[in-house]
Amino acid sequence: MLGKAKELANELKQDICAVIIGSEIRKFCNVLSTFGASKIFIAEDDALKEYNTEIYTSILTRIILKHKPNILLFPATKMGRDLAPRVASTLKLGLAADCIKLTIQNGKLLMTRPVYGDNILADIICPNTRPQMATIRAKMMEKAEPKQNESAEVIKEPVNINVDSFKTIVKEKKKTSIPGVKSIDEADIIISGGRGIGSKETFKIIEELADVLNAAVGASRAAVEAGWKPKSCQVGQSGTTVSPKIYIACGISGTTQHLVGMKGSDVIIAINKDPEAPIFEVANYGVIGDLKEIVPLLTKALKEKKI
Amino acid sequence: MRFIVCVKEVPESIDVKIDLKTNKLQEEGISTTLNPFDQFILEEALKLKKNEDEIIAISIGTPQTKKVLMKCLALGADKAILLSDNVFIGSDSFATAYTLSKVINKIGDFEIIFCGQQTVDGNTAQVGPELAAQLKIPQVTYVESVEKFEGKKLLVKSQTDDGFKIVESQIPVLLAGIPPSSFTPSLPPLRNIIAAQNKPCIIWNFENLDGPKDKYGSVGSLIQITKVYYPPPREKGIMIVEEPITAVEKLIELLTKDKVI
Repeated sequence: MLGKAKELANELKQDICAVIIGSEIRKFCNVLSTFGASKIFIAEDDALKEYNTEIYTSILTRIILKHKPNILLFPATKMGRDLAPRVASTLKLGLAADCIKLTIQNGKLLMTRPVYGDNILADIICPNTRPQMATIRAKMMEKAEPKQNESAEVIKEPVNINVDSFKTIVKEKKKTSIPGVKSIDEADIIISGGRGIGSKETFKIIEELADVLNAAVGASRAAVEAGWKPKSCQVGQSGTTVSPKIYIACGISGTTQHLVGMKGSDVIIAINKDPEAPIFEVANYGVIGDLKEIVPLLTKALKEKKI
Repeated sequence: MRFIVCVKEVPESIDVKIDLKTNKLQEEGISTTLNPFDQFILEEALKLKKNEDEIIAISIGTPQTKKVLMKCLALGADKAILLSDNVFIGSDSFATAYTLSKVINKIGDFEIIFCGQQTVDGNTAQVGPELAAQLKIPQVTYVESVEKFEGKKLLVKSQTDDGFKIVESQIPVLLAGIPPSSFTPSLPPLRNIIAAQNKPCIIWNFENLDGPKDKYGSVGSLIQITKVYYPPPREKGIMIVEEPITAVEKLIELLTKDKVI
């Protein structure tokens, strides 16, 4: 996001500011300045540890009204897509969802987003309200070059909250992603398995390949339904939409509902027995054959190549 | 208790074409259905419904949208309201939320508003939170299920970016729901479809709501679509049909040559 913000800010000759809300978050200031933020607005309080829509909205709207940004970007994560519309509607601001491209046209932000799965693209502008707001698929944007020894101005924002006034409280929280294992929405490479994997045990060969490539493991809807992988791994319309640099689909036929969730990947490699499988229509490289033979060979070859 | 379920009529297939003459999406003549996310959340609402409770399904659309509201009635909603007027055409998520808030204010008191997390066509996932903000009530999004509803408190399970959380919320609240991967929208049984004919399905237009005309539709929208187009086609890929060992060698050779790895 900072990479994109930098590009837009340079073109408009404006500053890049970052906002962080939470508890024990000062440690993030360093990395934010390394990636280009020149000002950081920080709202820190122990009571902000758990994300809470209403409280985060009230803090963020206050920051917006005070500092009047021209453009406001959020990641198109579940949290971002919960918070951004709440903020936009509270301040009566226009918001474009899930953008894959942002450019400046006639001084205004031109936001490009997919509609109808990824079948059609729409260009959107926000003519009258400021800030111009968008949630973005950060993976689709180039990462900023880190610059050491940059130090941003850190501005403390007031936090006035009364925990008793919270209308929603998080009672329990559970991570279904395994620590140390990359999640599909943050990985540059994703190896996904589908019905063709055949069993929970066979997913091991996918995991071994993922390990060599430092990749995340994804799954098709069929594989999730079979109980081979948790829902958090599911790529597709009813799961997560991903757009990594490399997407390797193993034993995935490529239903429309899966394709709309991964068509935005830079390079798609498909391994499938069925030469007629629709996944090959979007693949840059297609290997026809048995994944149970091919995937372990690929793992071995890549290990030897030391990538 | 009164539950309000907001639903949308969406194309059955997301393989929608652009009309090259008007440069707009071809919307006529395509077959449509109830947004699956909305059907899921309606079914969650039905699970909470006790005898004395009322479920009202509301939608904004064309006169044809009555079809999806009839399905909601057949699935178990008690009453439906269709907002249909040219004034509403071209609404973005903000104007849509505004229109829904006006309808809901007119209906009166309610305990829970249910929305699908997103629609399969627009997929903004914004109308729910924008509506909750305009009604000044809390929201829980990515709701998988309502675990408990007792007194004035509700326990819901909702998805997070790395797992799930259990949230306790006061009512009134807006819940935006996302179905489990196993969810397939079912058709209501025939006898319920017939029975739905006797349930009220009211059609309202702009005149039935208050609020200035310039708050609705494209005029009341805060963002503007300037262009719709097809994404550039993916280049035709290279197919490898070889024995496994040769195939892997060839794949790695190609990936290295093309600087993928």
